[in-house]
Amino acid sequence: MLKYIIKRLIMSVFILLGVSMIIYFLIRLMPVDFIQSKIDAINQGGATVSEETVKAMYEIYGLGDNSFLGILKGYFGWLGALARFDLGTSFKYGLPVAQVIYEHMGVSFLIALIATIFEFMIAIPLGITAATHQYSFRDYLVTVLVMIGISLPSFFFGQMLKNILALKLGWFPPSGLVDATVTVSGFAFLLDYVRHIFIPILTIVILSIGARMRMTRTNMLEVMNSDYIRTARAKGLEEKVVINKHAFRNTLIPLVTSLAGLLPSLFSGAIITEQVFDLDGIGKFALDAMNAGDIPFIMGYNMFLALLSVLGVLLADLMYGIVDPRVKLE
Amino acid sequence: MSENTKIDNVEEVVDTELPLDKNVRLMSPTRMVVRRFFRSKLSIIGLIMVVGLFIFSFLGPLVYNEWGEIELDESGKTKYSVSETTYTADGQSYTLKQTTETSLKDNFLAPPSSEHILGTDNEGYDIFVRLMYGGRISLIVSFIAVFLITVLGVIMGGIAGFFGGIVDNIIMRLCDVLICLPGIPILLIISTILDASEIDAKYRIYLLMIYLTFISWPGTARLVRGQILSLREHEYMVAAEAMGYSTSRKIFKHLVPNVMPQLIVSMSLSLGSMILYEATLSYLNLGVKAPYAAWGTMINIISTNQDVLQNHLNVWVPAGVCIVIAVLGFNFIGDGLRDALDPKARR
Repeated sequence: MLKYIIKRLIMSVFILLGVSMIIYFLIRLMPVDFIQSKIDAINQGGATVSEETVKAMYEIYGLGDNSFLGILKGYFGWLGALARFDLGTSFKYGLPVAQVIYEHMGVSFLIALIATIFEFMIAIPLGITAATHQYSFRDYLVTVLVMIGISLPSFFFGQMLKNILALKLGWFPPSGLVDATVTVSGFAFLLDYVRHIFIPILTIVILSIGARMRMTRTNMLEVMNSDYIRTARAKGLEEKVVINKHAFRNTLIPLVTSLAGLLPSLFSGAIITEQVFDLDGIGKFALDAMNAGDIPFIMGYNMFLALLSVLGVLLADLMYGIVDPRVKLE
Repeated sequence: MSENTKIDNVEEVVDTELPLDKNVRLMSPTRMVVRRFFRSKLSIIGLIMVVGLFIFSFLGPLVYNEWGEIELDESGKTKYSVSETTYTADGQSYTLKQTTETSLKDNFLAPPSSEHILGTDNEGYDIFVRLMYGGRISLIVSFIAVFLITVLGVIMGGIAGFFGGIVDNIIMRLCDVLICLPGIPILLIISTILDASEIDAKYRIYLLMIYLTFISWPGTARLVRGQILSLREHEYMVAAEAMGYSTSRKIFKHLVPNVMPQLIVSMSLSLGSMILYEATLSYLNLGVKAPYAAWGTMINIISTNQDVLQNHLNVWVPAGVCIVIAVLGFNFIGDGLRDALDPKARR
C-alpha cells in the first residue's frame, strides 16, 4: 500500500511538471502585456517613460526575452522559486500569489461546500426513488427534470435566477457578498451573508444535481439486480429494509469514492458563477488576472488547480481500496 | 421463461402454416438497437428536438430571409428622454422638465412585431434570424469538435491498448498531463492568444474548437484503450493473429468496431457538452465575436447591460432556450442509445 502511494506520488510530480510546462509556455504566448498597459497608464498620467526604464521594467518582471530560450529560462526561474515554496508576486495585486489565493479561497470554498452538501442531500434520495420505481412515471419525471438541470448553461440560468429572484421579486440581493449600504454585525451580518450567497448556491446545486442523481440511479439499479437482494426478498424482509440496509449501503461505494474527485471543484471557485454574481471568490480573481496578463498569478492558480486534480484522482483510488475490500491496489 | 415474455430478437410469427425456422426472421443486432432506441419516448423526443433545431438553423434562413445575420435595421428610431432640474428662486421652488428628442439611425431593442418576430437586439439586428445563424455555428462547431476528438481518441487509445508496454505508458502519461490541465482557464488563455493573431472573426471559433480537441481526446482514448485491453484476449483475436492479418487491420477492422457502442454513447453525450463549452466561451466574449451571431454571444450583452437583463427578455432568453433544447436533445439521445446498446438491459 505504502509502496503504491509513493509510486503514485512520484508519478504525480512528473505529471505536474508536464502541466506546468504547457501552461507556462501558453501564458508567455499571451499577447496581453502587463508592462505595456502599466506604461500606458503612466503615460496617460502625463509623465513619459524612457526607453531604458521600459527595458529595465521588462527585465525586473523577467519578461525581457521572448524567444524560445528566454521563455525556457523564465520557466526554470519559476520552477526554481517553486522549489523554495515561492509562487512569486502577483503583478496585478502586488502581493505574494500564495497569499492572494489563500485569502480568496475561503468564499469559494464555503459556497462550494454548502452546494455540495445540498447536492448530495437532494440527489441521493432522488436517485434511489428513480431506481426503485424504474420506468414508472416518477422515474421519468425525476430523470427529465435533472436532465434539464444538466443541460442549463450556468451563465444563462444564473442570470435568469438573478433576474427573477433578485431584481424582479427583490427577495435577495443581486450581486456581491455584503451589503455596502448598511453596517451590521453578529446575527444580522450572518443573515445578510446567507441572503447574498443563496442564489449562487441554488444555481450550482440545480446544475450539479443531475450527474450525481444519474450516478446513484445507475449504481442502485445494478445493486438491485444482484443475487443477494433477491435472497433478502426471498427470506421475507420488508422492502424498506431491503432497499435501505442491503441495497443502499452498496450503492455508497462509488458515491464515497466520488467525494475525493470533488477536491478540485471545492477549492477552485466557479469562474462563471462568480462572474455572474460578482462574488469576490478565487474564480473571479483568476478571470481578472487572466485579462490583465498577470503571469505569476495565472501560473500559481492553474498549478493549484492541477495539483488538486492530481490529488483528487489519487485520493479517489485510495478511497476505493478502503471502502471496497474487494479492490486490491497494486 | 414464461410464455408471454417477449423474445427480443425474433419478429412475430406471421404465417402458422410454414415451419418455424422459415417463418421466424432473426433481426440483425443493428435493427434490434434501432428498435429498442425507438421504443423509448425520451429518445424520440430528443431526436425531434435535435432534428427540429437542425431544420430551424439550416433551412430557416432560406425560408425567412427578410433580414440577414449582420444586417442592421436602419429604419430609425426616435428616443425621448426626460430630464428634471429643480431650482429655487424668489423663495419658491421650480421644476424644469426638459424633453430631448433624439433620432437614431438604427431601430434597436424593438419589441416583437410582424416585422421582427422576436424584436431586435441592442445593436439593431433581428434576433429571430440571428438565432438561426447562431444555431448553425453551434451545431457545426460541436460536430466538428466531437468528430476530431473521436478520431484522435480512437487512434491514440487503439495504439496504446493494442501495443501496450512502453507505447502505452507514454500515451497514457500524456493523457494524465492533459486531463490535469484546467479546462476553462486554458481555453481563456488560448483565446487571448488567438485574438492577437488577427484571424478572421468567422474562423476563430473553429480554431478554438481544434484546441479543445487537443485537450479533450484523452477521455475517449482511455475508453477505447480499456475496451481494447479486454477485447484483445478474445478468441477471435487469436484467430485474426493466425490468419496473419496486418496490425492496422486487426485494430481498425476487428477491435474498433467492437468499441463502437460505447463510443457512440460518449459521442452523443459530448455533443451536448461541446455546445455548452462553445456557449460559455461565447458568453465570455471569447468565442464567436460580434458582429457574427452565436447563442452564447447573444446572451453576452446581459453581463454588462442591466436594462436588457431586466426589461428586454426577448433579446437573451430565446438564445438560452435554444442552448437548453440542443443540449437536452443530445443528452436524451445519448441516454436512449446507452439503454438500447446495453445487451443486459431487456425491455
